[in-house]
Amino acid sequence: MKVTFPHMGNMAIVVKALLKELNIEFIPPPPITKRTLSLGVQHAPESACLPLKMNIGNFLEAAEKGADTVLMAGGIGPCRFGYYNQVQREILNDLGVNLNMIVLEPPDNHIGELLKRLRALTGSNSWWRLVKAIRFAFAKCEALDDLEKAASRIRCRELQRGDVDRVYAQACEAIDQTTTPKEIEQCRDEFLTKMRSLPLDHQKRPIRIGIVGEIYTLLEPSSNGFMEKNLGRLGAEVSRSIYLSEWVNEHLLKGLLPVKGHKLTRKRAQPYLSCMVGGHGQESIGATIEYAQQGYDGVIQVGPLTCMPEIVAQSIMPNVEKDFHIPVLTIYVDEQTGEAGLLTRLEAFVDMLERRKRNQVESGMQG
Amino acid sequence: MVKDLLYLGVDVGSVSTNLVLIDKWGDVKEALYLRTQGRPLETIQRGLAKLAERYDDHQIGGVGTTGSARTLASVVLGADVVKNEITAHAVAASRLVPGVRTILEIGGQDSKLILLKDGVVSDFSMNTVCAAGTGSFLDQQAARLQISIEEFGELAVKANHAVRIAGRCSVFAESDMIHKQQMGHSLEDIVAGLCEALVRNFLNNLGKGKKLEAPIVFQGGVAANVGMRQAFEKALGHEIFIPEHHKVMGAVGSALLAQETVNRAGGLTQFKGFSMSEEKIAANSWECGDCPNLCEVIEIQEAGQLLARWGDRCGKWENALAVARSEAASEAQLQTAGQ
Repeated sequence: MKVTFPHMGNMAIVVKALLKELNIEFIPPPPITKRTLSLGVQHAPESACLPLKMNIGNFLEAAEKGADTVLMAGGIGPCRFGYYNQVQREILNDLGVNLNMIVLEPPDNHIGELLKRLRALTGSNSWWRLVKAIRFAFAKCEALDDLEKAASRIRCRELQRGDVDRVYAQACEAIDQTTTPKEIEQCRDEFLTKMRSLPLDHQKRPIRIGIVGEIYTLLEPSSNGFMEKNLGRLGAEVSRSIYLSEWVNEHLLKGLLPVKGHKLTRKRAQPYLSCMVGGHGQESIGATIEYAQQGYDGVIQVGPLTCMPEIVAQSIMPNVEKDFHIPVLTIYVDEQTGEAGLLTRLEAFVDMLERRKRNQVESGMQG
Repeated sequence: MVKDLLYLGVDVGSVSTNLVLIDKWGDVKEALYLRTQGRPLETIQRGLAKLAERYDDHQIGGVGTTGSARTLASVVLGADVVKNEITAHAVAASRLVPGVRTILEIGGQDSKLILLKDGVVSDFSMNTVCAAGTGSFLDQQAARLQISIEEFGELAVKANHAVRIAGRCSVFAESDMIHKQQMGHSLEDIVAGLCEALVRNFLNNLGKGKKLEAPIVFQGGVAANVGMRQAFEKALGHEIFIPEHHKVMGAVGSALLAQETVNRAGGLTQFKGFSMSEEKIAANSWECGDCPNLCEVIEIQEAGQLLARWGDRCGKWENALAVARSEAASEAQLQTAGQ
């Protein structure tokens, strides 16, 4: 059995750690490139959303390298993601690419259900070994999140363009190489220090932007036109409403671990959107409110084109904008998204927030 | 006597390249409206050459670029500020029409809606994947009906009652128009119907959930079309202002931004001079084959010397240039230190 999996941000490093701990052979898909996307676009239904297309591209490229089994997450609820693994299996079958699919769906009631599904994968490994492996992989996940958060925070302060991204890429590489929990911690601390000791503009008071929206387009930089990097280079401090460890814990581990969840976020969305609409629709609303309350200057909502939960959230956003005085820019991405147009919008948004802030500061000084 | 400084604003868009000179009070002294025709570099140089006939290098106090080819233009000209079209349009409109709250802008291939509050952009939207309702489409339809684009607007004003045309998609709009023609509707009514359909499309696409308040300004090439103006007035129920220089507002805005930037930075411009109009500037591009991303790297050379490179995702080529530049700079420093 040679296991592969879809890319989603830094998830590959985490899944690799899990599989390695369990002595399962794996073949990670090559990094997402234009070829990945065009393979996906070629074989996916045209109206399906971007994540499906990118997943199919990943699987096809991994199959070329000899993978025979796919490990991916499933879902329940109104979002289409829930049946993507079935659709993908059919598409791959039609293409004559036979990949065995192991789907990790969120357990309905109890973590035991997830463990049962994992059993198909783990074979003769003991439960204890499996729990240990999950814990080890999760530690990597948290370390990567810490590094990513730091990078998005300080990128706007770098004096030499590209410094932060270079150190961040080194850090991901180093985390990938670690073999013990202790090493993970040391590695994370080492690179956090390294990032902070880069030549930075510490005087800068940048605008702060929160990114909310659909999980895949939030987490996978190649799907959102490297939004965090671009915003950082335009001079904005960036935070994201969902990070990988939070999603894994909430979605797969049923909130078993003591990681910040989104229960409260969903509760904040209640006055505007009281029921679950699938995906991260409620979280997008709630997180926008949270960012406004934390004094952020603006929010960007991102989702794949035709994403139903985000469309629902988008139609509610004008009310949130008005009630909490926070500008929201909605960006949908798909394979047609031109980089120049996206950059123009981001630049205009950053400009708008900067001028607004300058005016507020000036009128504050007068008053 | 030393002449007052002028500020150059350049807006290089898909359809037109506009060059504007403003004085320090923001009055437009010179406005050039050139067709880009897919050759931004040559068009910029053509514009510069025209200006060079009447102005000197030392009269230029600052340069700003905007439009989809703003980076390219900035490298060639030595711009002091490079800004997106939305900011540029907003800056120009709020200078020329004080107190403006809403800007409708329709250009060759894109349309924008910008809302302002207290002179600052508070919200904006831009058409995304669809060019229905932009200048190019009107151009096309005018050509199909064999009337000039100027006449087009006037025809619409003469209409008795505008027919209803599907404006959601330019392909469907065209077939709908043909259908209405075959049915025997008058040309005036069809043209007016088209204007209304485009306005409806604009407001549905860009204005959804937004409150459009007066004063409203309409700019961009399409603002010259009286039919479109009338349709907007009908739909919004407000009078619509069309600034005198509505065609070149982006360039005016970037000139104003250049003035602001240069003044804040201490008064020195990076303008390379009008002689750039005669320099041999070459733009190259190639596909980098080092990974399956196959990025198209763009390279600008001036007289055989590398000016800039961009387009690569990983930053390898961009960085290679930065490294070469800083090495050259430190060498120059060493040399002056040696003397």
